Amino acid sequence: MKPEEIISKLERRKLQSLLLRGERIDGRKTMEYRPIEIETNIISKAEGSAKISLGDTIAIAGVKAEIGIPYPDTPNQGAIIINTEFLPLASPTFEPGPPDENAIEVARVVDRGIRSCQAVNLEKLCILPGRRAWIIYVDIYVLNHAGNLMDAAGIAAIAALLTTKIPKVKVNYETEEITVTDTWLPLPVQNRPIPITFAKIGDVIVVDPSLEEERVQDARITLTIEEQNRICAIQKALSGTFTIKEIFSITKHAIQIAKKIREKLPRKPDIKNIQYVEHIK
Amino acid sequence: MITGKIPIRKEEKPPRLIGDDGRRVDGRKLDELRPIRIEVGVLKNADGSAYIEWGRNKIIVAVYGPKELHPKHLALPDRALLRCRYHMVPFSVYERKSPAPTRREIELSKVIREALEPAVFLEEFPRATIDVFIEVLQADGGTRCASITAASLALADAGIPMRDLVTAVAVGKVEGKIVLDLSDIEDKYGEGDMPIAMMPALGQITLLQADGVYSEEELEEALALAQRGIQRIYKMQREALKRKYLKIKEEVEGIK
Repeated sequence: MKPEEIISKLERRKLQSLLLRGERIDGRKTMEYRPIEIETNIISKAEGSAKISLGDTIAIAGVKAEIGIPYPDTPNQGAIIINTEFLPLASPTFEPGPPDENAIEVARVVDRGIRSCQAVNLEKLCILPGRRAWIIYVDIYVLNHAGNLMDAAGIAAIAALLTTKIPKVKVNYETEEITVTDTWLPLPVQNRPIPITFAKIGDVIVVDPSLEEERVQDARITLTIEEQNRICAIQKALSGTFTIKEIFSITKHAIQIAKKIREKLPRKPDIKNIQYVEHIK
Repeated sequence: MITGKIPIRKEEKPPRLIGDDGRRVDGRKLDELRPIRIEVGVLKNADGSAYIEWGRNKIIVAVYGPKELHPKHLALPDRALLRCRYHMVPFSVYERKSPAPTRREIELSKVIREALEPAVFLEEFPRATIDVFIEVLQADGGTRCASITAASLALADAGIPMRDLVTAVAVGKVEGKIVLDLSDIEDKYGEGDMPIAMMPALGQITLLQADGVYSEEELEEALALAQRGIQRIYKMQREALKRKYLKIKEEVEGIK
């Protein structure tokens, strides 16, 4: 038996007995989120960036923009590519190498939330239909793992996108020549999805699980909530289960908590009158 | 020099996904499932297996185990390890898919494993492994749900003790309406996909994912519709399992 497993069984007993009294190991209430701090534009060489701390969890997200070829099935759109890395410096349990299933899951759920509510207007990122478009890379790096990497990654990603600037381009349709100007425009962000993750330990559900709680959780669920309080991504994980009644109650909490966290995000840019691509002869 | 080319085959977006008569592209009603055919015990070498045809999906699942686990350091002291590989063969879709596992397949392998785990009495087999191999031979939307539905039968076929079967179906949003069992075209051009797996007799959700945008009311409607679909598929699963043993019974009686 691995040492961390022996600890986790003892911890589980302690945590569960506390939870039955409505208490958590760090003194929080079951539906209380840890303090969040968001710092933006921390990397000046990136097109956009953000650092988030969620209790002791720290993640940074950086955005780079490149002109590439649009996907064949969406010739009139740019693209967003999200990647997550769990660095070995962030936790003794992380190992070097390509992203494992946990890191891939986080990236894909963050992507789903941003894509479903059309957080970024991808049409505005098209430069030459079918030929050239902006490809926006969001790379999320966890620096310290103290639980709930899903929400840390998701909030870092949208915060970074909200601060991202891309240059205006001029296009000659006949010669297909593209000129990148030095006028920087805000990335067309039009919605701000927030993922909220819950852990189920025994029969008790808590929001924003800490690392100790994650080590003993039976099931986990993330609900991403967009600005009109609608759900724009769901991901249940781990080998426990939820009832339909639990899902409804979780949804109501997620909507309330997301609203508060969204207030800490940068504002959306006013993109109504911005021309991202200018056609020249 | 090549003259002519292999025509690119793909399904164009139909002008409407739901007609004025309330019928979908393939003629189904909003709460209608595609035809489903399930067979249990289709592979000789596997400890358990199942084959499912669900619409145009064709998926085969094999279960090996419980058996000794290699490498040994992965073994769990108090329960069996459940491993799961979801894989699409390159010719399962119009545009060839590379045989190497994609990020999508890695995520689906994880969520399918986690959808099956709650149903299996893993604590009965400490230090052992149970391997579930899923090959999607043809994909037509809803492959993870069809895979889970077939995989839980393959586990049962392997004689592994289970709390319940796991039954899955996707609901989704198409032209603003909540519909049951999205086809590929509805998944691609519709507004949202919500796969759900449950242990039907226990009322427990073992998988829940969603993309697309839903109000609280729409989520309620979607979960209610999914439950109705799941009850119908659960019945088909139990019948498929019984059919296998009826066949064996007939064979044995034939010999006598």
